[in-house]
Amino acid sequence: MKDVSFGQFYPVDSFVHRLDPRLKIVFLIAYIVAIFLASNFYGLAACAAVLLLIMIAARIPFGKVLRAVRAVTFLVLFTTALNVLFYKGETVYWTWKIFCVSFEGIIFSVFLALRLVLLVICSSMLTYTTTPVSLTDGVESLLTPLKWIRIPVHALALVMSIALRMIPVLMDETARIKNAQMARGADFESGNLVKRVKATIPILVPLLLSALRRADELGDAMDARCYTGGNHRTKYKKLRFTWRDLVAFLLVAALIGGVVAMKILLPAPY
Amino acid sequence: MRIVAEHLSYTYNPGSPFASAALRDVSLTIEEGEFFGIIGHTGSGKSTFVQHLNGLLRLPSSQKHYRPKRLKKGQAPPPATVLTVGDFDLTDKKTNFRALRKSVGMVFQYPEYQLFAETVRDDVAFGLKNFSKEKLSDAAIDEAVRAAVEVVGLDYEELKDKSPFELSGGQKRRVAIAGVIVTRPEVLVLDEPAAGLDPLGKREVMELLHKLHREWCKTVVIVSHDMDEISENCTRAAVFADGTVRYVLPPRELFRHAQELTELGLDVPLTAKLTALLQEDGIVVDSDFTTADFCEKVLALWKKRKEGAQ
Repeated sequence: MKDVSFGQFYPVDSFVHRLDPRLKIVFLIAYIVAIFLASNFYGLAACAAVLLLIMIAARIPFGKVLRAVRAVTFLVLFTTALNVLFYKGETVYWTWKIFCVSFEGIIFSVFLALRLVLLVICSSMLTYTTTPVSLTDGVESLLTPLKWIRIPVHALALVMSIALRMIPVLMDETARIKNAQMARGADFESGNLVKRVKATIPILVPLLLSALRRADELGDAMDARCYTGGNHRTKYKKLRFTWRDLVAFLLVAALIGGVVAMKILLPAPY
Repeated sequence: MRIVAEHLSYTYNPGSPFASAALRDVSLTIEEGEFFGIIGHTGSGKSTFVQHLNGLLRLPSSQKHYRPKRLKKGQAPPPATVLTVGDFDLTDKKTNFRALRKSVGMVFQYPEYQLFAETVRDDVAFGLKNFSKEKLSDAAIDEAVRAAVEVVGLDYEELKDKSPFELSGGQKRRVAIAGVIVTRPEVLVLDEPAAGLDPLGKREVMELLHKLHREWCKTVVIVSHDMDEISENCTRAAVFADGTVRYVLPPRELFRHAQELTELGLDVPLTAKLTALLQEDGIVVDSDFTTADFCEKVLALWKKRKEGAQ
């Protein structure tokens, strides 16, 4: 319960926070493309440098970023271990049955692990610096073309923003119910797996009921204010591009250009 | 059990932009047998304080962040935090918190939202089963649950096999309270016990609490933002504001500070307001600010005046 802040908005005012959410989403996609285009360590180093720059510009503390990485530690270690053991390289150090540890294998796994870590960090940067509301605004705006083929983009965006908005509310609710049951002597920390799963019932039932109740009330409240959906709605905050967005655009464009150039010009030893 | 807190501080989310000090150097003693009131505006730290009383918020972690790591030269070390409930020392990590929770019952705001079991009997028995060391026989459970359900004013035979979700709002709250008192705690803490009830429901809950105070739990602590509730019911009350305790006084004396209370965003009880208004017209009513006593005194004055006029 203590790690709820993973992926949540981090409220400071910074260059990155003020960027247009649409661009931030596009940049994230572009950045991920860049990570996968990078075929050698030079390319990844460039990506990492840009990410570091973004982190500093966003004024997100380093510990916060590490916390996002910590959530995927197991995944990274697991894939790395698999790669090290199964990659068929040429400079073999050790083999046993189907396992084989080679120089190329180690290099390859480190490379993949770095990619994964960069991927997680850059995605978390988006959610750390963008409020759920502007994130949905951005998604809705980017998905506008889908409206032309009659996909209810606005409704989908609304669903997404309500879901995001409800996460902290339900987290609070969970903490409250957990406290109430702990005050009645519930024990969530000891016993075997079956016992622990059973112990969550006194939390899950009230939580589900409260989620349903909230959904119901929210629906009523929206009805009461005559909410009918996306047509003819105007926005309180219009999204606008500014000089910041231009700077960020140039940076990302330079990164992709650089990575592609390095791919062609610097045939890496590995 | 006597509750003693000295120099208690607590900060939520220390070291992050969400950090907020909920309690600052709170010192408060609640004697055994009191019907104690804690009153304060939203965010005054009153709920945070009571959550310490049964170890749901723990001291050591909060203290770690509160105390400066290194003392400056000549600076006195901050006074040690004390938090004891009866013989339980809550500043000690090794305290048996389960045993503590058994003796300090905690009823949260809107307790009916914590009901979960299939029948009323099972829900009330939840705490009982959790706290007992050996497995209880069905008969023993039945007996304890029946006593708890009946003391909160419900009919056990009628309700025991019903789903708690079929009950009315008031019944649900009573069942939830029964689920806490079933272990016979010595101290009962209630956070806004009358929140969201109509005036009659409020009065019924307060009557229930007095009954519990007489027959069931030695000490009752209620948290509220409703001055009338506190002034009508409590032996003493503490006023919380901005995470500190401003006054600890019997209600009767508390309302002599009417102006400061208003400044803290708290209402003064209706009786105190009326007393002040009457005083402006030169009519002095010396009541203890409970509705019953106030009405009696005013009526007596009224009769006297009438007789005087005749």
